[in-house]
This record gives sequence, C-alpha cells and structure tokens, in this order.
Amino acid sequence: MLWKSLEGKSQLLLFSTRVNRHLRFTSFTIFIFVLLVLPDVAFGVERFPPPQFDDHELPVTTVPEPRRDLYEYLDVAALLAALSLASYLALKKRSRRGVFLLGIFSLLYFGFWRKGCVCSIGATQNIVLALFESGYTAPITVIAFFILPLIFTLFFGRTFCAAVCPLGAIQDVVAIRPIKVPSWLEHALRLLPYIYLSAAVLFAATGSAFIICEYDPFVAFFRRSGSLNMLILGACFLLVGVFVGRPYCRFLCPYGVMLNLVSKASKWHVTITPGECIQCRLCEDSCPFGSIERPTQELRIHNRAEGKKMLAILISLLPLFIALSSWLGVLISPALSRVHATVSLAERVWLEDTGKIEETTDASEAFRRTGRPTEELYNEALTLKKRFTFGGGMFGAFIGLVIGIKLINLSIRRRRMDYEVNRGTCLSCGRCFSYCPIEHVRLKKSS
Amino acid sequence: MCTIKSNTMQEKRNIITRRDFIRNGVRGSCLLALGGVVGLLSSRSRANNTVWQIDPYRCIACGNCATYCVLEVSAVKCVHKFAMCGYCKLCTGYFEPQPNALNTGAENQLCPTGAIKRGFVEDPYYEYIIDEPLCIGCGKCVKGCNAFGNGSLFLQVRHDRCLNCNNCAIATACPSQAFRRVSADQPYLLKGKD
Repeated sequence: MLWKSLEGKSQLLLFSTRVNRHLRFTSFTIFIFVLLVLPDVAFGVERFPPPQFDDHELPVTTVPEPRRDLYEYLDVAALLAALSLASYLALKKRSRRGVFLLGIFSLLYFGFWRKGCVCSIGATQNIVLALFESGYTAPITVIAFFILPLIFTLFFGRTFCAAVCPLGAIQDVVAIRPIKVPSWLEHALRLLPYIYLSAAVLFAATGSAFIICEYDPFVAFFRRSGSLNMLILGACFLLVGVFVGRPYCRFLCPYGVMLNLVSKASKWHVTITPGECIQCRLCEDSCPFGSIERPTQELRIHNRAEGKKMLAILISLLPLFIALSSWLGVLISPALSRVHATVSLAERVWLEDTGKIEETTDASEAFRRTGRPTEELYNEALTLKKRFTFGGGMFGAFIGLVIGIKLINLSIRRRRMDYEVNRGTCLSCGRCFSYCPIEHVRLKKSS
Repeated sequence: MCTIKSNTMQEKRNIITRRDFIRNGVRGSCLLALGGVVGLLSSRSRANNTVWQIDPYRCIACGNCATYCVLEVSAVKCVHKFAMCGYCKLCTGYFEPQPNALNTGAENQLCPTGAIKRGFVEDPYYEYIIDEPLCIGCGKCVKGCNAFGNGSLFLQVRHDRCLNCNNCAIATACPSQAFRRVSADQPYLLKGKD
C-alpha cells in the first residue's frame, strides 16, 4: 500500500513537471494536498473539500429501480398453469405429443425467455439458506418455485420433470438414440444426486456457495453467455444426452431426489397401460430412462431364506455404515470448509503472516486494506469450521444412510405381476403409452 | 388349485391396501412437512425480494465486475456521488497517470471507453459525469479516485440491467466479499451521508 502511494506520488511529480505553466499552480497545490493527506487509509477519504457552487446545481446520482416483480408473479402463474396442464396431459389425456409440446413451451419460456432463473432446482438452496440463516428471507416467488412441483408430485407423480422443468426439456429434445444403461451402473449412478443434494444443502446452510446454480450445465445456453468451461460442460451433457436419456435428471439433479421420494407416495401416477396389463412385453424397452419394471419370476424357497438372512445382516449393518461415513464426512470437513470465502481467506492470511507464502492475493490484500484485526477473521473462520465439522458429519451420515438403504432395497424382492413404472424414477414423459396395445384399443374407441 | 388362486388374490388385495395405507400416510406427512416449511418461511418472508449490490466500502475495484457478469456488458457500472466530489481539475479518476495535457483528449483519459464526460463549471472546478451506456464497470476510474481523490466514484449494480441471478456470478468471483443481498426496497449502497 505504502509502495503504491509512493509510486503514485512520483507519478504526480513527473506529471506536474509536464503540464503548462499556468496549470502548474493548481496541480502543485493538489500535489501538496495529496502529500499531506496520503498517509491516511486511501479509502473514500475526503482529500479535497467539495466546493460550494453558487449558480451550479449538482447532478443527482440516479438509482434506477429493480425490474418490476410483475414478471416473477407471472412466472409463478405460468409454473402453476404448466404443472396443471402437464398433469392433465400425462394422466388424463395420456398424450405424449401434448407433454412434448408443453416441454418445448417450458424450454422457451422458463429457459430461453426467463433465462432459467429462478428454477425449482436452485430454489432448494434458498430455502435451506433461509432455514439456517436468520438474516436471509426467501422471497415468496422462490418459495412457490420450490414447493409447487413437490405438491404436484405428491398427487400426480413427476409431471414437473416431464414437461415443466426447462433443464429436463432441453435434454428431452436431444434424447434421440437412447441406449439402455446397464442395471448395476444405473443403480450406482443414481446415488450421485443424493451426494450432490447433500453437498448443496451443506454449502447453502453454511452460506458458502450455491453450487447447484454455479454448476448448472444448461443455464449458460439459456442466457446465451457464460464461462467457456460451463458451455463445454453443457455441450457434453447434451451430447451424452443423445445416447443416454436425460443424464442430468437421472444421475445428478438434486431436486429430482426429493421428487423421486415424494413421487413414491403420489396419489395418482402415470401408468403404462390404460387398462389391464396383458404382459405382451411390447413396452419392455420403450423407456429411455430405465423406469419400467418387469414382472418378477417366482422365487425358489431356499433363495428366499437366503435373502432374508442377507436382509437381516444389511439392516444390522446400517448403523455401522452411517457411523463410518459420518466419520469420513468429519475427516473431509476441513477441505469442504475451504469453499467458504471467509475460511479460505483466513487460511491464506495465516499462511502469509507465518511467512509460508510470499505473494499476496487480491482477497488477502483487500482484507488487509480494511484494517480488520486478523484475530477477528480467525475466530470467524474457526466458528465456521466448527459448523463444517458438524455439517460434514451430517453430510457423511446422510450418504451412509442412502447407500445403506439402497443396499437394503436391492435385496428386497417385491412380487410384481405386471409391467409397471417405477414411481420414483418415472418422469411421466408418456413415451411408453404408444407401445401398449391396450392404449391403441382405447384410442380407437375414443375416436 | 382354486384355493391357491383365491389365496393369492386375497394376498394381492391385502398387499395393495397395506401399500396404499403407507402411501397415504407418507403423503399426509409430506404435505404437513411442506406446509410447515412454507409456514415457517413465509412468516419471516417479506413480500419484496432481495437484489445483489456492492458495498462500496469493501470494493477494491479489481475489475472482475466487467468480466464475470453473465450479461455481455456488465450490469455493474460506475456511479458518481457528486456531493462528495472535489471537482478537481486534475482528476485521478479521469486522467491517466501521466497525461500529455489536462484536456479531454482520448489519449489522456483513464477510462477505456471514454465513458466519463468532463465539463468546466468554474475556475478551477470541473465536473465529471458518467455516460452510463458506455461504462463497462471495469473500475479503473474508481481505483484512481480512491487512491488520490475523495472516492466519489464507485461501482454499483445497476438494477435496470441486472438479471438478479439467484447466484450472482460476480459475487462468487469477488475477492473482497463486497457483494451481498440487499432488500429490493433499498437496492443501492451509495457512499456518503444520504
């Protein structure tokens, strides 16, 4: 800082030798003034008293109002209308074409027109932040974006994913040649959204970052601007999406986790057939998202006993699982805490102060310029780190719980007589409708 | 054969009712939980939203605002608090460190887009007005004004342009943590008294 002001002074000195003679007096007085005042902190200091003009009116600093809220209320209305229409089209009308067209509309409206912000997926973080941070209050529109799809899913299944979410719609459009993901890979990848969600909750609750928004792969397309990395990531997702149906929705979307769980308890849900399943197997491979479950074969008796044993072992191992991954969570919590700007700044300042690092960063210089005592920063960082230790433990415990339940679920065999959709993972897109012969009979009757 | 069939039918019906019962229970508790969250949040929530703004006393004019905004031309622009300005003839926010002359020649100006208009008021005072459409929010003038002037030039998010992203891209890149959410009622953090 001192060096910089010295440099500035020398520049001024040079400068004052250059200018015309009649200018010299004023610049010299300014120069003297600068010399006298500069040792102070160079931050908004009144070095030159503002002049009092007799016949000159000072212009006013303009403060344009934020854009009207009107659009946001319109967004909520559009969301409500789109959700209702999607549920009607998927469950009552059973029209894949209708669902697809509504998806295109949502892509254009929520995506390209409203630039994909605020979206239900990201709103999760606002809700979490509002719950944990008393200083932050979530706007009504954000609450509506978070809650409405959940309520609709509770009654109609994931019709939000089918035709309302712009991120889903953009992937639905490119899903041209979807291949079947092997079952073991599908099960493993389906765990990723849980990890993503719990990390997002951890970072939002500690006020560190909104990682869902930061790493939203498609928002750069919606805005038609963004960092190169995010554009490349988005392009990769779309490219993969040609061959793997909706990769983001299935293997990453954190909001999808909640919708998945809620959808399992939905009152009504899309069915493959409008009547009775005749087990013709025609729909078997129609789902690009692997959400159609086949009828189970009869299990042999000794198989069943073995399965029960396995289940008992897994259930008794569950607490161990949770404890272990919770411990792992605590172990990695120092690394997680560095996402918070204050913690990383405190560590940087500490490294510089102890002489372990020579050069400074913008952040550490900015901190030193404020003149805040480093102790205060360290204390703040320590409190945050403690929160992260607790949060990391919870984060780990949750992941342990999810993996444990996944294993338990895999070893439970439910008897299924017909081809059915998996209520949790089915996106209600309606692709399977046309594969069912009963559906064709229905359509003929109605026409 | 017949009894087995009727048994399985019975069993099937039983399973369905049990599942439906669980499903209804879960749905009811989900609704209650969602209602609780909404109630809790909306009791605290005000009708108006928050917007992003820069605390000018924390800003170090690093230049990130010009490049990190999702808009092609940043929503952050330089703002002039005229009541704080010294109306200097030699404005270090306007002139390059070593100008050829103290006039409005482009080669003397610090601003890369020439967005500051310099006008004569009375001897020896000059007024500096920001031509906002030209300003790109690079903060060069802010740095100059802070270093040798009164600090009357500073950066602010202009809300007629800001998209109010849920996660402001500049805020994540800001080294001095100068960005914060403020109430949309008072969307500016201006320097000075009023």
